[in-house]
Amino acid sequence: MKKVLEIKDIGKTFTLSKKQQKLEKTKTNKKVAVDHLSFDAYEGEIFGLLGPNGAGKTTTLRIISTLIKADYGDVLVDGKSVKNEAGEVRKKIGFLTSELKLEDFFTPNYLFDFFSTLHGISLEEKEKQKKKLFDRFGIGEFAEVKVANLSTGMKQKLSLAISLVHNPNIIIFDEPTNGLDVITAKVVTDFLKELRSEGKTIIISTHIFSLVEKICDRVGIIINGHMVACDDLKTMTAEKNLEDVFFDIYSQEVGDK
Amino acid sequence: MKNVLTIVKKELTRFFKDKRLLITTLILPAVLIYVLYSFMGTAIFSQLNNSDEYVPLVYVNDIPNSIDNLLTTSEIKLEKKSYSLEEIEAIKEQITNQEADLLLIFSDDFDQMVAEYQTGLGDAPYILMYYNSGNTSSYTIYQTLESLFNSYESIIANKFDINMQNDKFDLVTDENVSSMIFSMILPFLILTFLFSACMSVAPESISGEKERGTIATLLVTPIKRSELAIGKIISLSIIAILSAISSFIGVVTSIPKLLGGLGEDISVSASVYAFKDYLLLLLIIMTTVLVIISIMAILSSLAKSVKEATTIISPLMIIVMLVGITSMFGNVNSNLFVYLIPIYNSIQAMGSILSFNISYINILVTIVSNVCYSLLFIYFLTKIFNSEKIMFTR
Repeated sequence: MKKVLEIKDIGKTFTLSKKQQKLEKTKTNKKVAVDHLSFDAYEGEIFGLLGPNGAGKTTTLRIISTLIKADYGDVLVDGKSVKNEAGEVRKKIGFLTSELKLEDFFTPNYLFDFFSTLHGISLEEKEKQKKKLFDRFGIGEFAEVKVANLSTGMKQKLSLAISLVHNPNIIIFDEPTNGLDVITAKVVTDFLKELRSEGKTIIISTHIFSLVEKICDRVGIIINGHMVACDDLKTMTAEKNLEDVFFDIYSQEVGDK
Repeated sequence: MKNVLTIVKKELTRFFKDKRLLITTLILPAVLIYVLYSFMGTAIFSQLNNSDEYVPLVYVNDIPNSIDNLLTTSEIKLEKKSYSLEEIEAIKEQITNQEADLLLIFSDDFDQMVAEYQTGLGDAPYILMYYNSGNTSSYTIYQTLESLFNSYESIIANKFDINMQNDKFDLVTDENVSSMIFSMILPFLILTFLFSACMSVAPESISGEKERGTIATLLVTPIKRSELAIGKIISLSIIAILSAISSFIGVVTSIPKLLGGLGEDISVSASVYAFKDYLLLLLIIMTTVLVIISIMAILSSLAKSVKEATTIISPLMIIVMLVGITSMFGNVNSNLFVYLIPIYNSIQAMGSILSFNISYINILVTIVSNVCYSLLFIYFLTKIFNSEKIMFTR
């Protein structure tokens, strides 16, 4: 399989404010979010980043998406460096976070057109992609309804559609089923599988074991910014289920420190 | 450039699709200002008319003949007699309770003493006036009579006359009056309206994107941070200018009504200004909006939420208002360096246009410096959009 994503020894340290220090119950004003982290992702696979809250999953995804810069190391997306060719990388990736909220005043139609224009998509391509995604998620009948009047599930499906306006080959999804009802969560996971079958590469971050077991081909376990395990899901869960594997590693890692 | 236009179009669409924002930003300012100023004019006119109809009650103790003749022509209800000390105390009580307006007490043999009195020699004749400054009619009649007695005193010791011929001594023109009033009032009001208009749109557009998380979706598109910053500034400036124009129309149409309420022969009209003056004013307004919006955009981008942005910007409003108030005092400053100070330069430039003291070099310096400041602020805004610490810290 073709390697499309190379995360090469990246690291990121944040400076904490006094308030954050209080919340984190720490006396130091530095927090290492990602520490010498490396992994690869291949064409046509779903890679799951598994870890507890604060492990560094979101930071890693933000570095890959060019939203933030790594202190050291680099990420190559289809051979393009996030450090030196961020603009090119942005054309190749779709990024979606469950924290995303769309502006209430716009309709799905308008938002899709807006983001298509920013991505420089031709009119023909845009209409084709819009039809495909709107039909897939059942957005078509709500195309002219303001976002404010859409259900939470429909908003999430619209967010997903918008992040894919430019038909990217690499899709980065931070907590894809967070806050979704079971039906919408199923629609989203089924769609991610469909994208994989189309040869797309999908990177998700999650702390839900069942989601990883259901859709991921490979999994990386992050604890305290370190990639402590990274393998095929089948290999990793050959002897124990994923939850047991995770907690074995977790006790070993946290116990070690 | 295409991306800048896309951002501008999106922001304007958002604005024009939000009926609530549209009404509060574009329609309400003009309507409210017109209604408010017109109402104030009518209220002042009505109050002056009412006070004209009102006949004040004045008690006069032992009124001298000269004063009696003087007061017969006045529209005052005079209660003239020789009051006892108890009665005088009772009248004072009435004035305190706002049941009477004034009590006049004269020195004994007032007329004779006035006739014989030589300045600086012996005790001067006197008039005592008891009034209540908390009662409008009492205070008004006090001022009227004080003025009347002062004039009478001048006539008695008349040495020379001032403006006694039947001629027009005040050579003021309608244009002078209009320019004086507009140059005092409008720069402050325009600045206030511009600031309010900017405040109603900037925090929502910048920190709103951060708060909603939509900024991340925008930043992972191929759009440059500078294009995003310029697009935001241009669109917000257009909205702010539209809002300011709405307020401006409200002020210009209602000021004649407001001043008409004073009952004076004041003819104030915005038609004294030529097209060139309006054009210069518009240029100043446009560049001022760019400066204000850029500053607000920076402050909003530093905030984590719309609420926080509004809190950060509020103290700035006090500073801007204080700068604006300076237009109400003194003449237009001709020092060229003054026109390099942001906001203050706009106030001075607007004042100079409205008072017909235009210095084109000063206007040019104002416009160029405002554009330069805006570009500098846009540069900072782009830097902020690039700062992950600011954009993604919660």
